Amino acid sequence: MSMDRRKFLKAAGLTTLVGLGGKGLFELLKPGAVEAEMAEEGHGHHEEGEKNAGPKVRLAMLIDVMALNKEKIEKIVHTCHYLHNVPNWGDPKNEIKWIWEDEYEHVFTDSYNEYNHILEGLPFLLMCNHCDNPPCVRVCPVQATFKRPDGIVAQDYHRCIGCRFCMAACPYGSRSFNWLDPRVHLKIEMAEGRKLNKRFPTRMRGVVEKCNFCVERLAEGKQPGCVEAAPDVMFFGNLADPNSNVRKILRERISLRRKLELGTRPSVFYLI
Amino acid sequence: MYDTGKVLIGLLVFAGIFLFPFLYNRGTAAPQPKPSLDTPAIKALPEKKCVEDTHFMITTHMQFLNEWRDQALREGNRWYVNKEGKKIWISLQNTCLKCHSNKKDFCDKCHNYAGVDPYCWDCHYDPNGSKL
Repeated sequence: MSMDRRKFLKAAGLTTLVGLGGKGLFELLKPGAVEAEMAEEGHGHHEEGEKNAGPKVRLAMLIDVMALNKEKIEKIVHTCHYLHNVPNWGDPKNEIKWIWEDEYEHVFTDSYNEYNHILEGLPFLLMCNHCDNPPCVRVCPVQATFKRPDGIVAQDYHRCIGCRFCMAACPYGSRSFNWLDPRVHLKIEMAEGRKLNKRFPTRMRGVVEKCNFCVERLAEGKQPGCVEAAPDVMFFGNLADPNSNVRKILRERISLRRKLELGTRPSVFYLI
Repeated sequence: MYDTGKVLIGLLVFAGIFLFPFLYNRGTAAPQPKPSLDTPAIKALPEKKCVEDTHFMITTHMQFLNEWRDQALREGNRWYVNKEGKKIWISLQNTCLKCHSNKKDFCDKCHNYAGVDPYCWDCHYDPNGSKL
């Protein structure tokens, strides 16, 4: 069978259209079908929690900024880093941090107001925001970081390949990369009297780590380490339950969340 | 055939080099390792039994531990129910090594013999030792 030039050009043109158009062509044939499919597999918008029949559990942390002071911050950071065997490298290049302190100007870069004298100078504790819509999870090529049904953004060190896409994606700088073997520094610190938490592993060189909302303690029915270290500053509970401790506090206090305009829906709240 | 002598010498040299490691190590085979079960926790057990039967543990512990890892970490289910219906807390460092508190004489013995270097120990460690 032979094909004349006219037929060939027609077929080639159509094929090109399908190739270029792809989604658009489907849209022409069956409007709305593609969009619906994409919304189904993506994260539904469950900011309203109980109204939209979202998840039953969404764990959240409230930090009472007004009740924080240097002493408490030190205790919280020390407790967390002890519990998870986080080395204290002491230089910003290799630094690993799960929870740390920063100032208003750096924390709320989106809404910084130099005349906000109430917030100026207050200490803010930063940690992983365990976003409801976590960008780190979207970019991880191996699903080493993933969102659990209870809202915790977990990190699977067995799977992490150290590509650091998640670090680039995280708008909060919550993730640290192990440039060097953390055990090297832990050993140095142990020689100086540091104690290991023998119930928790260390990490290895080449993986990304961050706050895990003490998922290993929650499994044992305990509260997160920071909450235990400063129960008058940190409050942990289920945001999806309108009667939970955190929701009660949120009804009474003014709260701030970081970089809301990005749509990540963070689960860490700063009480003012 | 040309150069028979040279070829034969070459072959002999080759055979010599090839067989040297076999001859050199003849009779010095490392004895099969016997992982030690001599720990206080195991001695105190009424019945010396791991989470599953010994044969299963010896042959399948690698896949088994991988399943434990995924179940605990990714599915968030930290309880394992064994074939007898007993519930066991899933944790390499806090369950396995609680009884097998002698990593050197237990885990490492076979692993060294078999020349395997499981990456478990890059992060997990023996909580009973004082060293990392």
